[in-house]
Amino acid sequence: MSNSGSREAKAAHLRQLLETEGDAVAQNTRGFNAGRYDSVSRLDDYEALKADAREIKEDAIARLPELIDRVERTVEANGGTVYIADDAADANRYISDVCDERSAERVVKSKSMTTEELAVNEALEADGVDVVETDLGEWVLQVADETPSHIVAPALHKSRERIADLINETFDPEEPLETAEELTMFARDHLGELIEGADVGMTGANFITADTGTIALVTSEGNARKTVTATDTHIAVAGVEKVVPSFEDLAPFIELIGRSGTGQDITSYLSLLTPPVESPAVDFDEPEVAVADGDVDRDFHLVLVDNGRMAMREDDQLRETLYCIRCSACANSCANFQSVGGHAFGGETYSGGIATGWEAGVHGSDSAAGFNDLCTGCSRCVDACPVGIDIPWINTVVRDRLNREGDEGQFDFLYEGLVPDEEPGGIDVQKRLFGNYETLAKLGSATAPVSNWIASTRPARAALERVAGVDGRRELPDFQRETLRDWYASRGPRIDAADADREVVLYPDTYTDYVDVDRGKAAVRVLEALNVRVRIPDVAESGRAPLSQGMVDTADERASRVYGTLAEHLDAGRDVVVIEPSDLAMFHREYEKLLPERSFERLRDSSYEILEFVYGCLENGADADSLRGDAEIAYHSHCQQRTLGLEPYTTAVLEEVGCDVLESDVECCGMAGSFGYKSEYYDLSMDVGDRLREQFTEPAAADRIVVASGTSCEDQLGSLLERDAAHPVEVLDPHRRTGR
Amino acid sequence: MGTDTAATFEKSLERLNVERTATAATDVHGVLEDVCTTPTVGSSLPFDGVSLPEWVNDTPTPEDLRDAETGISAASIGIADYGSVVLPARPDGSESVSLFPDTHVAVLRMSDIVPGIPEAIARLGDEFRAGNDTAIIATGPSATADMGSLVTGAHGPKEVHVVILDE
Ligand code: SF4
Repeated sequence: MSNSGSREAKAAHLRQLLETEGDAVAQNTRGFNAGRYDSVSRLDDYEALKADAREIKEDAIARLPELIDRVERTVEANGGTVYIADDAADANRYISDVCDERSAERVVKSKSMTTEELAVNEALEADGVDVVETDLGEWVLQVADETPSHIVAPALHKSRERIADLINETFDPEEPLETAEELTMFARDHLGELIEGADVGMTGANFITADTGTIALVTSEGNARKTVTATDTHIAVAGVEKVVPSFEDLAPFIELIGRSGTGQDITSYLSLLTPPVESPAVDFDEPEVAVADGDVDRDFHLVLVDNGRMAMREDDQLRETLYCIRCSACANSCANFQSVGGHAFGGETYSGGIATGWEAGVHGSDSAAGFNDLCTGCSRCVDACPVGIDIPWINTVVRDRLNREGDEGQFDFLYEGLVPDEEPGGIDVQKRLFGNYETLAKLGSATAPVSNWIASTRPARAALERVAGVDGRRELPDFQRETLRDWYASRGPRIDAADADREVVLYPDTYTDYVDVDRGKAAVRVLEALNVRVRIPDVAESGRAPLSQGMVDTADERASRVYGTLAEHLDAGRDVVVIEPSDLAMFHREYEKLLPERSFERLRDSSYEILEFVYGCLENGADADSLRGDAEIAYHSHCQQRTLGLEPYTTAVLEEVGCDVLESDVECCGMAGSFGYKSEYYDLSMDVGDRLREQFTEPAAADRIVVASGTSCEDQLGSLLERDAAHPVEVLDPHRRTGR
Repeated sequence: MGTDTAATFEKSLERLNVERTATAATDVHGVLEDVCTTPTVGSSLPFDGVSLPEWVNDTPTPEDLRDAETGISAASIGIADYGSVVLPARPDGSESVSLFPDTHVAVLRMSDIVPGIPEAIARLGDEFRAGNDTAIIATGPSATADMGSLVTGAHGPKEVHVVILDE
């Protein structure tokens, strides 16, 4: 399929999911996400718990081979059997053999994503074994013959009405079922009987402790308990990464897993089983023999699955994925996931932000390729992840690898000539275009306004859409002939070096320099009003644009250039002030991966978001009266700015200068850099933005000045609201005209 | 265990909508009579001076479990922060007694209430290494939201009642 053809197909698929599943997904995931914020806020020391959890996982994965040996010895000493399966086929063969040996006719299962990964059900069914999912969500999917759309609440894409229709059609009960209560009780009875007659119980494991051989299962329904109690043969299937060194290591995870996922402080049941358990099996084939007197010989098998995990462990970039406890926070906190769910934002088995790492590791990069672009790098999941995985980075790295797997024959002479990047010829034209935004901006500005006129002509837009997938419904940036740096060079600083309280470098990000020059001018005037002397040197693009397209080498080269230029300013004691949060986030987060540690730390420790810097000046005695204020503001922070915890400075400064601020609470505006410009994602981007539109068109917000910290948020708000959005620093600009 | 811990535990139970009754060991039978709906099955209560009343079936068959309205079993630890009870699985089938009937009555000594998860896990760690093999940390009734909204009593008990022995 041609690129534009596959973009259309992708757009159509997303539109269809938005229509059919979008509402249920949105309602459920947003509920979970709000619950998470509430629930973790009740913890005395959330950050310390997360740090503990992270440390335990780092240590466990580092020592994994030794811990696996230990588990094997412990479980066998307890009387169980351990089988280490190399891959899915190996695991399924073993599980089939166990079922065969026990002459099992029916296997009852509690929820396990790992068994989804292995496709155990299909393997057993091929042997004629009846497999019954007992988790209500999984059961609904089994009846509907659908796949999970969420790793914790697998059927969350189905509304109650749709579930009721499905159950009524399939089972034809005397009275049609309607309420959640009726549906649940029907399922309880139906599954209860199936569990009573089952021969083998299969569970996953959330954690396995090496010292005691204990399986920890986090559940709410009680089906895992029944599955184990009512059968004499228990097969637990888990990835090797689930092993932790000691029983005590469970503590932080117990407190974090439910809160992070569905926003429950703790789930109803945490089963701590050290199998084969002594607790007698309830044998419904002998209904009149007292349970305690039953003569049941319990059998236990732990199947530890490698299936690519040991190779992930050797992979410096994917290793972190193994720390994942599959809580689902990275799905629920993701604006794109909230709109389309795991049927779009997921691969063969896993869904949500971390799915890229899992899919690339266990199923191969093809499975990750289909949805990896849905991670925009907004980073809202980073603070939500209980084990501190840099999920956007994993997405970036896999995107980079996918770029490299591209068809070398797709070499595009035009772009090869135009774009001085470090990437191989196979990379997709669209990615290359957005990744080289700086080059485009330079060219566009040098030839403005002609370049703007040409770009906005219909033939040019059509070509841009067809070749590079730039959606025709988006307004293109309007390049300015006079860049911020040109302007400043001819105007010069207005604060004398001798009188200045400070001297700073104002980082000329590509957008401010070439497109939104006004916000750059406002920033200069605000800084000068605070008696700060400004320098605007020629600094390279931060690498954000190429990185967002998975062009890691190009981003790496940019980071070196940026640091090279800024180093002497840092030596001279000048702070670096940044207007665009996504560039600041590069300096504060991603440069850790791209620069030597000392360079990274120096730049990070001396660079500030502009309103954060203004806040600091005011705190240190600068005069707030020199700034404009006194306006009613509707403020949308920026996703990466939030992840860095910087948005409170903007609100505080605006309030200090007498503004009335109403802040949005949506995770992301939906534009996310270049994402919303891409024709295949336009509808999704607008759907995500819709929540912001709703908030800012409510009566309390409708007449306010709309303010956003990020470039792409400004653009998105512009198209959502059909009124212009400004940067907060423009509100403070002493030259601001009244009313703006 | 301080009185604070016990008060926190009670508050947590209240938040979970879990009924609770504090009682002296000598009055346990009366309390159980009030809170249980017959038929009731039970697993032995390993606390000094406390036993199951005679009207409780303490050697239930699978058939009895199916028919029982209430199941009584012992909790070895209470966790104040969460209102959780730790249910050790004993060879007499306490696990099935606490799981199959619609109402579970957990009997807990007040002195076994600990402040939080770390304390509970530390205690369980010692027990597990000493050979005790299975326990459930149960918090409130069984629940699911898989059918469109929150419903209690998915596969396990619909209601939980904690009887706290005030020694
Ligand atoms: S990556 Fe982190 S947030 Fe996402 S599911 Fe795994 S543990 Fe949860």
